[in-house]
Amino acid sequence: MEKSNVVLHVADVHKRFGGLHALADIDLQVEEGKTHAIIGPNGAGKSTLLNVIIGKLAPTSGQVVFDGTVLTGRKPYQINQLGIARVFQTPEIFADLSVLHNVMIPALAKRDGMFKLNMLRSLDSETGIRAEAEHMLEDVGMITRREMLAGSLSRGDKRRMELAMCLIQHPRLLLLDEPTAGMSRHDTNTTIELLKKIKSRGMTKVIIEHDMHVVFSLADKISVLAQGRIIADGSPDEVRGNPKVQEAYLGGAH
Amino acid sequence: MTTFMSRNDLFLFLGFTVVVLAMPIWLAPFGAGYPDLLQRFMIFGIFAVGFNILFGLTGYLSFGHAAFFGVGSYAAVWSFKLLTLDAIPAMIFAVLISGLFALIIGFLCLRRSGIYFSILTLAFAQMSYNLAYSVLTPITNGETGLQLTLADPRFLDAAMGQTFSGQPVPTLLGQQLGGYAGFYFCAGFLILSFFIAQRIAGSPFGMMLKAIKSNQTRMQFTGFNTRPYALSAFVISGMYAGLAGALLAVTDPLAGAERMQWTASGEVVLMTILGGVGTLVGPVIGAWIIKYFENILSALNDNILARFWSFLPEGVADVVVKITSKFVGDGWHLTLGLAFVIVVIFLPGGIMEGVRRIAAAFRRSGSSSAKPSARTQPAE
Amino acid sequence: MFEIIFLQFLNGLDKGAAYALIALGLTLVFGTLGVVNFAHGALFMLGAFCAVTVRMFLTMETVTIDPEKLSPWGAPLEVREPLVQAWLGDFGAVLVNYSVPLSILITIPIMLLVGIGLERGIIKHFYKRTHAEQILVTFGLAIVAQEVIKSVFGPNPIPQPMPTDLRGAADIGAWLGMQANVITYPVWRLIYFVFAGVVIGGVFAFLQFTTFGMVVRAGMADRETVGLLGINIDRRFTIMFGLAAVVAGMAGVMYTPLLPPNYHLGMDFLVLSFVVVVVGGMGSLPGAVAAGFLLGILQSFASMNQVKAIFPGIDQIIIYLVAVIILLVRPRGLMGRRGVMEA
Repeated sequence: MEKSNVVLHVADVHKRFGGLHALADIDLQVEEGKTHAIIGPNGAGKSTLLNVIIGKLAPTSGQVVFDGTVLTGRKPYQINQLGIARVFQTPEIFADLSVLHNVMIPALAKRDGMFKLNMLRSLDSETGIRAEAEHMLEDVGMITRREMLAGSLSRGDKRRMELAMCLIQHPRLLLLDEPTAGMSRHDTNTTIELLKKIKSRGMTKVIIEHDMHVVFSLADKISVLAQGRIIADGSPDEVRGNPKVQEAYLGGAH
Repeated sequence: MTTFMSRNDLFLFLGFTVVVLAMPIWLAPFGAGYPDLLQRFMIFGIFAVGFNILFGLTGYLSFGHAAFFGVGSYAAVWSFKLLTLDAIPAMIFAVLISGLFALIIGFLCLRRSGIYFSILTLAFAQMSYNLAYSVLTPITNGETGLQLTLADPRFLDAAMGQTFSGQPVPTLLGQQLGGYAGFYFCAGFLILSFFIAQRIAGSPFGMMLKAIKSNQTRMQFTGFNTRPYALSAFVISGMYAGLAGALLAVTDPLAGAERMQWTASGEVVLMTILGGVGTLVGPVIGAWIIKYFENILSALNDNILARFWSFLPEGVADVVVKITSKFVGDGWHLTLGLAFVIVVIFLPGGIMEGVRRIAAAFRRSGSSSAKPSARTQPAE
Repeated sequence: MFEIIFLQFLNGLDKGAAYALIALGLTLVFGTLGVVNFAHGALFMLGAFCAVTVRMFLTMETVTIDPEKLSPWGAPLEVREPLVQAWLGDFGAVLVNYSVPLSILITIPIMLLVGIGLERGIIKHFYKRTHAEQILVTFGLAIVAQEVIKSVFGPNPIPQPMPTDLRGAADIGAWLGMQANVITYPVWRLIYFVFAGVVIGGVFAFLQFTTFGMVVRAGMADRETVGLLGINIDRRFTIMFGLAAVVAGMAGVMYTPLLPPNYHLGMDFLVLSFVVVVVGGMGSLPGAVAAGFLLGILQSFASMNQVKAIFPGIDQIIIYLVAVIILLVRPRGLMGRRGVMEA
């Protein structure tokens, strides 16, 4: 394995909630430009792992390293500013703002940093950011809905918009927590196409997904999590053929 | 000009300016066209506009903003006493002091959010209030309130060789600020305050504040450190409160601790809610309405009521007078409380939402196909 | 020295007991209904005015002017005769004398009705709305309640005498085997403290040992799950709101001899009680009680002259200061649960 390609390294991470060992001895290496899927049955610790990476939860022990920088102990906004964006399982959006503003805000975060007191400048003069946001909305097929309040969007559209909010930051690493949950087959396929498109731009992705169709059409590498441990690791084909996985997950689920 | 301010914003601003400056004319038929009341309209308008920047835009409900109002008053009176009777240095001094005060309190309070934030601001304001009455008497003059006296040093005035006789009153470039002069002085500040608030609401910074109100978690995962944003909003609104407090000291140079009590903080919350949280004009209208009705209703008494209801048959009139008298005079707070409960229950968006609903109803009856535009946060 | 400290400790108990009782109700409502009730102080005040009203009825008098006699000022002598005494004789006199504790009997059903009416009429509609809106509507209700009381009873405090037998001081020092007449404590305050203990104990026992209480506690912990079990949580929560109102009302009744009630009594106590709840930890019943007593006692110590000499004005701000420190150092309060009201 070429060490130099590893962009995200989750090293010996443990997470305990009281007596519950939610994550045990997790060691995960995500390579630059690859799509790394994490699958596993409900309660396996997938979302906890994502929360540890993104700084929402502090690991009990171990650390997360992103491109040579230790993420553990940093605030979520600092981690984002390093180039990591996340799509949540239930969309986290600005429901009271328009779709366009929802997408402009992350673009401003990318340009202006974590705080800027630019209060005498008019939002209307931000033509560059606005154009960028509109372009992004066109990419995800939501340009016609730009003036709608985000809270009034359908569930699938909220997810797509949230994805746009992440993509506009051109993150080096994108974390996706079940990006197609609750989407129709048609929307799922559009999303897969979209994710494939950004893959060609060389963005690294960690994706949690239940839908095997999505996983196998996107992932370069799959880690299988069960009861807080990684029980298998490898290419889609290797994982598919792994008897331990079939027993713990695929077999049990189907 | 187009990128500086959109056409709608410009019209709104100009309209607001005209309405404010013409108040002595158009309020005269309502019995409110006299300077004393008009000054209060301006002052509490500023207070409410500033409060809205924190509560309306950022979503932090402060129950202690009267503290900044009071600090502004004290600072202005001290400026009159120590420096000069000219109002401008007093305003600057008051805004700076209250801003500094807000910076310290905001820094501590914003470490928490939600109800905890509200309680923290309440606790700090009550502490300020209690201290103003007790230990800080040398600064606040306790229950009597801080007043101007002939014996005040007024170093700047003294250095300029100016002397006074009689009761000292605040001035602007040597002109006394009583009556309509006082009103236009306050009106100028309200218009300026409104302009700045409008700019803030329409800026990227303002959008961030709205985003914090909408979803703080997403803001953090989007790469924003939300605390300095909220703190800036807190300090700005504290400075607005200080400005309003200073203006009250200009028009009536007596600063008392009761201005800092939490009921005074509650009043500005009422104004903002009544007018419409998060809108630009709403809080000002809320302040005007509350001050107007306070003025009208608290002046009513049984005799006036009896004359008003005299067209009713005698027995009925007595009962009606008896009942209505509970809602006026000293009982005006009851009316206020009831109005407030009704607004929160039925019209959480305040008067501005009511206006919008009525307008929408008219538009619908006009052209049935026109659907209400879903623009974000209409900025009127 | 020990005597002084012990005395201050005792002095803090009655105020602490009042804080604890109000905070208990506040927490109960918050924990079960999830509503931040700024009108809770008003319920305390309404209870106090139940006592005022009862006494007013009990002391209604007939005034007859006796033309034969003249008062010392030379005016015709007015002969006043309390009706209750006229009808019931000595028993009537006892009733008047014990008007405050007797008011509790009437206060309980009244406050229960007020509480249930309030919850069904208004609070119910605010479960799904933001905490800010809950604060605002209950704040408005509190204003209405206090203004109604003001317009009925006037702005001045109305003293309520305690029963004659319960006046005076108890020599607690002597009870505990110390020197006599060093540590004395007004009997009524002692009664208030015991009363608060009984009420608090009663509420805890009710929640701990009855099925009703068990369901409510489960609902406090996880409302949705309990709802899924097919248990009608809402009705129980309505009753909890009524119960909280009763607790606040009783606390108000018993407090009247210690502090003549006026219309803004509720607001005065509300602000402090909220601070108490936050210090104790939002949603924690033992926390509310502990913090109530803690702050009452601290306030008593802070008002000692020796302490004030070192920290001038400390008695004015001690409660707020403690609240600020606790909130900044221990955000969830003394016993708060994780994740409550942190959004």
